[in-house]
Amino acid sequence: MAIAFILACIVLIAIIVVQIGRVSELSAKIRGEEEAEQAANRSSGRLMIPFVVVFLVLCVASAIYYKNWMLGFGPLESASAHGSAIDSIFNTTTFFTAIVFFATQILLFYFAYKYQQRPGRKALFLSHDNKLEVIWTIIPAVVMTFLVVGGLDAWNMIMADIPVENRSVLRPQGEDEFIEIEGTGYQFAWHLRYPGEDGVLGTKNYRKISALNPLGQDWNDDKNLDDFHPSEIVLPVGQQVRVRITSRDVLHNFYLPHFRVKMDAVPGLPTYFVFTPVKTTDEFRKGLKEYPEYNVPDPEDPEKMLWETFDYELACAELCGTGHYSMRRVVKIVEQNEYEEWLRGQSSYYFSSIRNSDEDPYKGEVLDLEKKERRLQFSDKLETVLAEPDSVQRIIQFDYVTFALGSAKLTDETTYELDFLVDAMKKYPSMIIQLAGHTDNTGDINMNVELSQARAQQVEAYLVEKGISETRLSSKGYGPARPIADNDTEEGRAKNRRTEFEILSK
Amino acid sequence: MADTGTITAPQKYNEETLIEELGYDDHFHDHHHGDKYQSSFIFHYIFSMDHKMIARQFLITGMFWAVIGGLMSLVFRLQLGFPEESMAWLKPILGGWITVNEAGIGTLAPEFYYALVTMHGTIIVFFVLTAGLSGTFSNLLIPLQLGARDMASPFLNMLSYWFFFSAGVVMFLSLFLSTGPFSGGWTAYPPLSALPQASTGSGAGMTMWSFSMVLFVVSVLLGGINYITTVLNLRTKGMSLWRMPLTIWAFFVTAIIGLLSFPVLVSGILLLILDRELGTSFYLSEIFIGGSALDHVGGSPILYQHLFWFLGHPEVYIIILPAMGIVSEVLSVHARKPIFGYKAMVYSILAIAFLSFIVWAHHMFMSGVNPFISNFFVIFTLIIAVPSAVKVFNWIATLFGGNIRFTAACLFGIGFVSMFISGGLTGIFLGNSAIDVQLHDTYFVVAHFHIVMGIAAFFGMYAGVYHWFPKMYGRLMNETLGRIHFWGTLVGAYAIFWPMHYIGMAGVPRRYYSFDNFQAFAHFDMINKFITVAAIIVFALQVLFLINFFYSIWNGKKLTTKNPWKASTLEWTTPINPGHGNWPGRIPTVQRWPYDYGKGGNDYISQITPEQEWEREYDEAH
Repeated sequence: MAIAFILACIVLIAIIVVQIGRVSELSAKIRGEEEAEQAANRSSGRLMIPFVVVFLVLCVASAIYYKNWMLGFGPLESASAHGSAIDSIFNTTTFFTAIVFFATQILLFYFAYKYQQRPGRKALFLSHDNKLEVIWTIIPAVVMTFLVVGGLDAWNMIMADIPVENRSVLRPQGEDEFIEIEGTGYQFAWHLRYPGEDGVLGTKNYRKISALNPLGQDWNDDKNLDDFHPSEIVLPVGQQVRVRITSRDVLHNFYLPHFRVKMDAVPGLPTYFVFTPVKTTDEFRKGLKEYPEYNVPDPEDPEKMLWETFDYELACAELCGTGHYSMRRVVKIVEQNEYEEWLRGQSSYYFSSIRNSDEDPYKGEVLDLEKKERRLQFSDKLETVLAEPDSVQRIIQFDYVTFALGSAKLTDETTYELDFLVDAMKKYPSMIIQLAGHTDNTGDINMNVELSQARAQQVEAYLVEKGISETRLSSKGYGPARPIADNDTEEGRAKNRRTEFEILSK
Repeated sequence: MADTGTITAPQKYNEETLIEELGYDDHFHDHHHGDKYQSSFIFHYIFSMDHKMIARQFLITGMFWAVIGGLMSLVFRLQLGFPEESMAWLKPILGGWITVNEAGIGTLAPEFYYALVTMHGTIIVFFVLTAGLSGTFSNLLIPLQLGARDMASPFLNMLSYWFFFSAGVVMFLSLFLSTGPFSGGWTAYPPLSALPQASTGSGAGMTMWSFSMVLFVVSVLLGGINYITTVLNLRTKGMSLWRMPLTIWAFFVTAIIGLLSFPVLVSGILLLILDRELGTSFYLSEIFIGGSALDHVGGSPILYQHLFWFLGHPEVYIIILPAMGIVSEVLSVHARKPIFGYKAMVYSILAIAFLSFIVWAHHMFMSGVNPFISNFFVIFTLIIAVPSAVKVFNWIATLFGGNIRFTAACLFGIGFVSMFISGGLTGIFLGNSAIDVQLHDTYFVVAHFHIVMGIAAFFGMYAGVYHWFPKMYGRLMNETLGRIHFWGTLVGAYAIFWPMHYIGMAGVPRRYYSFDNFQAFAHFDMINKFITVAAIIVFALQVLFLINFFYSIWNGKKLTTKNPWKASTLEWTTPINPGHGNWPGRIPTVQRWPYDYGKGGNDYISQITPEQEWEREYDEAH
């Protein structure tokens, strides 16, 4: 129906158009060809000046109306250090081109108006003027030189990579440190990666990509183990950032409009962009507050004003397929302490998602990193227990120490936990402890008591071997006598099979 | 600028008899008895080898594609301007690409939005502004303005059209694929274009796109080699290179650029086809897509971009140079003045053509090429501003002191200059790589190239159509409708594209199906609505042109004189409806340059008029 209506409209318009044409020709015939031509000429000539005046006025008026959207003005001031250089070249270029624009448009339409055909007028025979031509060749050449030099100066500054002697760290401080983060485009989102405590991003191999390993990180590379994958970019203000930009499938473009950052993500060819954010999200919001267009309720969240819900954004600026328009991530620029706090909430992708899965090459092994962390946990626990009043029983359980099945032989890989205790005994030379073995209630009770006794003694022997005086140590096997959980469930029984030590005196 | 009114030239010569008196007898009509070999309908109108008929074929085919490409832009403009409005009414035409929900609200599928954007670009750039513009006017004017009977090889010329036609057929058929036409952008960057699993349009749609493009390039090359040969070999006696009209200079240089750059595109596409079909890795490396890692390693998507833009940038000059040539000619004729700085115009065409080959990577500042390399491309790119500026100043100076007839052709010529200034100046921003960091792939770019090579080239084309319509059909187009067409389009085109600069400065990326996902890009509902409405109006005005054009073919005012515009070039010395061979008897010999307007008080002096006594004194005095 709608289509038929449109077709009918088109036919109608066509008829009208043809009629206009006919009428104009008819009237020309009546008035005489020449006179009609002159009249038509005059009417077009008359339009030249109003057109150029209205056009140029609207150009200026619209520019004023939209000035808050322009580079380097108002709320969209660059939020990065290099961005203001871009904005300033933009404005210089606008200045020069505006002069040329106004001059040439005015002359074009003014000449058209002034030299319109008039009866009796003779055109000037003017085929060239070398002097004039040389002048208007040289002037643009000089202006261009000026713009090129300014532009390239900024370009080479902006695109310069970080000097090799600078250090890549997770918490950059000052000039010679930077943080390197990674953005990987895929259809249709950005996957973000931070380097972790070592400050270095681990290596990747696209053949290792799987549902569990979205970036194809090589877990044999230790540098990968602490890398984490946040859902938004959070960066400390005033510190240099190098973004490594990669793609998993097609071309994407890592685009941070507020920071004047833009670079293609190319499969097989990592690119980069270096920038320094200079305004926190909060500061930028405060800036927006000054502008009426941001003092309207956010349609998504009508409780708040637009400026309050503002966030920096990461977008894609290279056509990558159907979902190209939806690759958004939020970017937050924060003060150093907030950044620290945010970092504490992040956990390594390896440890949270890969560890002990089938893809983990270290499945079943204990990593140095884990030992380090467990040492911290151990000493935390020890300090907590020591701080408690003497009336409380001070028992600490070994979480990781294991024995060979049905025997008292310590598993070599797990003795590291006993080393924590060795160090603690050395730190507190007057501490006296008793080692205790426990079992669950299955099997022969005597054998259980015997085994738990043997295991406690084995631990004691290990400590002695490591140089702790026997006088500070004793051991006891309790068998199933002291359960800490319900022996009716497998879970409870597992908890009850344990080795621990009691601090008898500090 | 001496007073020229005092010298009155004696008009000794009668133009009507000049050709027979001074013309050159090539015994053409002794060999060609009538138009025997194209007397039947099929060989006259369809498989014609006559350059004038081929020109009209190019023009009308170009118009067909312009309508298709224009309508596509309206559909995606509706999506951008009125995303909440139902598009269910388009379902009868677009079928499955419109999903209608239970409430009866129809939405445009994003993959089809991208297909529309891609096809709009491909069609307008190649089929309309390359074939429709250069194809039409090179064919029409090269033999006519040079005093040749036809092209050097009429047969290749015919093939050129039919290759273009076949390219069009393939592209047209791809619109009806169930997976849709190609949707990866007119630049067809791999890996998106190379991997069918990356996008539905990258399957059969891309296969047909690349096949169509190869056919199209064959057409351009056949045409181009013909234009070059004709210009170099078939100029009539006296038509030295420096006596050629600027139109011919422009077409000649355009053909050379095309001949040098289009083959590079074909090699680029060929390697892409190999990557797609035979599992090579020219452009592909380390890709994980659709749940599996591909075997391709070692290729580079950037290589394709180099090959593409090695054509792609000269391509914009392939589009704009013919328009520049046409406008130079039209402005001069209708201002009744010689084109200002003829030699400077020629040298600037040559300079632009040369520079067009060494600036391609300015499309790739943000592609991951070494930033150091960009330095050179910035320098060469901004140098182009100099010859471009010279041309603009010369056009304005051509108007100065004229006696301007505001025919539709002349108005479009003036409009062209205005557009070229507006769009050219924004090129200075984008060519400067530092500014390009922010503006690259935003609406600022869309505004820039639409104004400078879209609208401007269309204006050049309209100027040409209005001006040479009498030569094509022996009738005049309606001038009143032409003027309405001009003023409406001028205002409307600025209304569409001027506001896009602001959206672009705000950082809004192009090729977004919707802006709602981003706070930063969601502020421009009003502008987007305004642009869409303006686009619809401007499209309607082009319909007015089409009606005028087709109505005038059969019902336009008949020409009563050979030379309706009183122009000095050779095409106006042919009969009103020139037959095969263009001149019934001898071919004219050329006695002077093509821009003797207003010389010594004469309105114009035709190129076939021999130099007269008074002129020597006159030339010395000037």
